[in-house]
This record gives sequence, C-alpha cells and structure tokens, in this order.
Amino acid sequence: MIRLAATDKDMAGEAVLREVTLALPMVPEMEIEASKTATAIAESIHMSADRIDEVRMAVVEACINALEHSRSSEHEVFVTFEVLGDAGGRDPQKLRITVRDSGVGFSPEALEEPSIAEKLRAPRKRGWGLKIIRGLMDEVEIRSGSGGTTVVMSKMR
Amino acid sequence: MTESLNVTVDRRDGMAVIYTEGYINNQGGEEIAKAAYKLLDEGYKVLLLNLAGTKIVNSIGISILIEIIEKMLEIEGKLGFCCLTPTIEKTFHIMGLAQYAPIFKDEDAALGQLRS
Repeated sequence: MIRLAATDKDMAGEAVLREVTLALPMVPEMEIEASKTATAIAESIHMSADRIDEVRMAVVEACINALEHSRSSEHEVFVTFEVLGDAGGRDPQKLRITVRDSGVGFSPEALEEPSIAEKLRAPRKRGWGLKIIRGLMDEVEIRSGSGGTTVVMSKMR
Repeated sequence: MTESLNVTVDRRDGMAVIYTEGYINNQGGEEIAKAAYKLLDEGYKVLLLNLAGTKIVNSIGISILIEIIEKMLEIEGKLGFCCLTPTIEKTFHIMGLAQYAPIFKDEDAALGQLRS
C-alpha cells in the first residue's frame, strides 16, 4: 500500500512538503522495497549520492529490525517518508523516515552497544542494526513499548 | 522479488580473491562464507573480498562476515576487503571491522599489502 499526502506543519514547526507511507507485508526482502522508495525520494530533493546511500542502508536496518523481531500482530510494517522544509519555506531541508511496527516492543536503554571484540568471541554475531542507524543518520529517536516500536530518523539534505 | 548474490573466486599465487555481485544479506553472507571456507579447506590462508559489485549490505550479512574474520584469526590467516562503496566502508568502520580486516581502496593495493 502506498499512501500519498500533503500536510502543513509538523510539531517542530517544520513544514512537511511531501509524505509517502508504505505498508510492508512481513515477508523477506521487503526492506529492499523501502530502500528503493527512500532512494527515489532522496533523489527528488537532490540529496548527494553518498548521503542517499547512507539513508538507504539505515532504512534497510530499521526495516529488518521491524520485520524480523517485532512479531507484529498486524503482520505489516509501516514506513513513512517525509520531506521537510523550514517553517516558512518551500525548499526541502531534510528527509525524515519513520518505521513503525505494532509488535512486542523492547527496551532500547537495556540494549548493550555491540563491540566487535566481544562479537568475535560470542556465538551470536548479530545485533548491530541500531548502532549502524545511529552512525549513518543525523538524528535518531526510538520509542518502544508494549504497543510496538517506532524509529524516527532524519538526514539533512 | 529476490536480490541474489553472485560469488566468484580467483585463485592466484597462494591467495584468493572472492568477488561479490549483489545484495549481501543472510543468504549472500552464507554464499560468501561457503566460498571462503572452501578456500580454507584447500589451504588458502590469505583471502581478499572484493565488493566492487555490491552496493548494499545489511547487518545480518555483515555478521556472517564477522564469522569469517573470527575463523581467519583462529588459523592466523589474513582477510582484507577492497573496492567498498563509501557507505559500506563507513558501516564497517562504525562496526569496527577494519580493526581486524583491513580495508583497501583497490585490488592492487590490497594484494600488495596482504602478500607482504
């Protein structure tokens, strides 16, 4: 499902110039579909190629986390892409991406930051998604609870 | 829709180069691991992963690359990466992979360093 909408201003006073929402079924490789949408929207606001690549990778990681771990009862993950401008202007300033599931949630504060030295000794090598997202995006916020998880991440143009 | 990974291997002078083309996800990582472990079984202890044909990876695929690094450390072999996109290189640095498997700009630089 793709929903397109034009809205006015978000709570931070930034103008939402364009908004697209994908509803991804929880089947393998849906993260690639989200990454293609991210690429198309980032290209439309003339983000540099390297920054688009970073957005794409962060979207892949956020979607994988939701698709693999959320155990969402809706069996869908929602990804919203918003092009934001400054309060008065029409020029795109930022791409904000929200990945939301209605799964079991987790405690972000309780997660230990992975380290390569420990992972090399550990039987389980995974658990890097949030670290990668934080390293690639300019702003990241994670809200999680019994109603699900929402990851909001932004990249300046 | 499936984003598959193609893996090819070039054996040369006691070392081997593994070329990837496509998405390094879970299945892609397993394909690379299969190729790498086969080379180790053949006696190769110096491996180069040339990712010129890979534009996107995910952390599950990279976690399998960490398994390969662990194996190389165990046998006191050498593993390097070359021809990474800037984002994949940045991601490897975020994760700390470069501390254990050097990253080279191109294949010539990698082969020169890994042989020494």
